[in-house]
Amino acid sequence: MPEYAPVHAKPHCFYERYERKAELQHQTHYCPGCGHGIVHKLLAQAIDGLGIQDRTILVSPVGCSVFAYYYFDVGNIQVAHGRAPAVATAVKRSRPESIVISYQGDGDLAAIGSAEILHAANRGELITVIFVNNAIYGMTGGQMAPTTLLGMKTTTSPQGRTAAGEGFPIHVCELLASLEAPAFIERVALGNNQQIMRAARVLRRALENQVKGAGFSFVEVLAQCPTVWGMQPVEAQKFVREKMTGTFALGNFRDRRG
Amino acid sequence: MAKQLAKGNEAAVKAAVAAGCRAFYGYPITPASEIADAAAVYFPAAGGVFLQAESEVAAINMVYGAAATGVRVMSASSGPGISLMQEGFSYLAGAELPCVVVDVMRGGPGLGNILPEQGDYHQVVKGGGHGNYRTLVLAPDSVQEMADFTALAFDLADEYRNPVVVLADGSIGQMMEPVQFPAPRPVRAAPPWAVTGERATRHNLITSIHLEAEDLEGHLRSLEAKYRRAEQREVRAESWRIEDAEIILVGYGIVGRILKAVVGQGRHHGLALGLLRPITLYPFPKARLRALAARAQAFVVVELSNGQMVEDVRLAVEGRRPVEFLGRMGGSLPSAEEVLAFVEEEVFSHA
Ligand SMILES: Cc1ncc(C[n+]2csc(CCOP(=O)(O)OP(=O)(O)O)c2C)c(N)n1
Ligand code: SF4
Repeated sequence: MPEYAPVHAKPHCFYERYERKAELQHQTHYCPGCGHGIVHKLLAQAIDGLGIQDRTILVSPVGCSVFAYYYFDVGNIQVAHGRAPAVATAVKRSRPESIVISYQGDGDLAAIGSAEILHAANRGELITVIFVNNAIYGMTGGQMAPTTLLGMKTTTSPQGRTAAGEGFPIHVCELLASLEAPAFIERVALGNNQQIMRAARVLRRALENQVKGAGFSFVEVLAQCPTVWGMQPVEAQKFVREKMTGTFALGNFRDRRG
Repeated sequence: MAKQLAKGNEAAVKAAVAAGCRAFYGYPITPASEIADAAAVYFPAAGGVFLQAESEVAAINMVYGAAATGVRVMSASSGPGISLMQEGFSYLAGAELPCVVVDVMRGGPGLGNILPEQGDYHQVVKGGGHGNYRTLVLAPDSVQEMADFTALAFDLADEYRNPVVVLADGSIGQMMEPVQFPAPRPVRAAPPWAVTGERATRHNLITSIHLEAEDLEGHLRSLEAKYRRAEQREVRAESWRIEDAEIILVGYGIVGRILKAVVGQGRHHGLALGLLRPITLYPFPKARLRALAARAQAFVVVELSNGQMVEDVRLAVEGRRPVEFLGRMGGSLPSAEEVLAFVEEEVFSHA
């Protein structure tokens, strides 16, 4: 018996060892300080908290979170780039008792998959979408995303993004909030502990909404990608807190309880 | 049950419901739209799901999602839509998910027109998506076969855990004929690999990723073994008066019907014609053709295309006999007289 109960136990719905991962099965494939790692943990805690592990089906995208199925001990479906909301739509319609999560990055959701997210939201699909906005294409090595901030340099906007050349960053929450069907839309961030705690509560709410049948629930998480941003993790978190929230206002855009 | 008069497109839907399919995702396109129209009526009536997707890209990914949960699922489209579905076919084949897609071919390339053509043979039979995979392909020549092959397609899809395409053309989709529908079958249970959102299937994973070279090669070899098994067991073709035929006509779908008339007329004129109508376009009836090449003198392939299936016939015949080609495109069907004149001119005059 340990003298003290551990405060930071691994969430139950994470695998004990990441056997699907070929090597280093005790750690994730994410870079140190990556926002995905934090979002995974918050999501896992929410699944545990709601007691829905057996019913959960996680739809993982193409992007750095393509291997979400290494970690989550739930039903897993890996899908094509951008199409997670379409896949999730059909999963939920065929298995209405399941809790379906579409987990996506900003290239996946706001660029190649912009049609699928818009229409899934507009139909009010009873799914939960987690949108990790790190303003960049992480997996392919740092190309411009639809959410890249103005002035931000990426490998495909080497002089910095300009509104005239590449357009303004897309505000997905605001866009979806123009639709009538969604039940819940909120933007949160991982910029400090307070923001992370808010993110934890909101992720849980977005899942609880599905359990209660409230409707389409969407959470955008402003997240850091220290590696591709070329920053230390602390610096990257500061960038989220100070720069990203300047472009993408935090807050709730829709909260219709079921 | 008595025969019912039905359009080809409608027959596919009724047969799918009878085969226990309860999920349809599609996007309208002529000449396949009646499939979505009928599905919108028959699927909900049977307690199933019908959804008009925002595009064929979304539709095929919805098919992927439904198939992943272990239900029988279908879609339908025509050339431009099938083009958009190709990435999805590749993922479905890679993740080994069963599904049925009815492709009612129209004229192409581009927007082409909405008249019957067979110009999408390469796209569908060779697999227009990326990577090492095949789709099984069935080609009906009547409304009855549209119904029968749709039902068969679900069984093949389950057996091989692979997409199966029913490749029709505008004329089969649009024509009305009496059909004997298959007796309704119960909805089958979800297969053990499916992700159903229940405790028992929690450890299941649907994916097409295999990061390591050996892993991917192993996966592809197992896909290949599956395709070889299909090649041994699933080849289907109709032979028509070939026992003593000197010239073998080869055509699939609606063309097969025209060629039957050609065989009749030719024999009336004393020409020993026969027909081989491939029903499975993949797996292709290679062995049947090779056997015929041992004694027939020549082959004449007729297609509503620029000459696509003819390549497979030539591969099967391996240069042992001449293989002539007659193609019509743009929506024009060749008449029996036209084909007969071609046969007399190209084959008998050179013989
Ligand atoms: C059809 C298609 N196009 C392009 C790619 C290559 N690709 C893989 S991930 C990715 C971008 C991912 O960026 P994002 O969605 O922002 O996720 P992140 O890696 O930043 O988490 C791209 C373009 C692909 N896999 N499929
Ligand atoms: S590249 Fe960026 S998004 Fe991808 S794992 Fe590393 S830090 Fe995370």
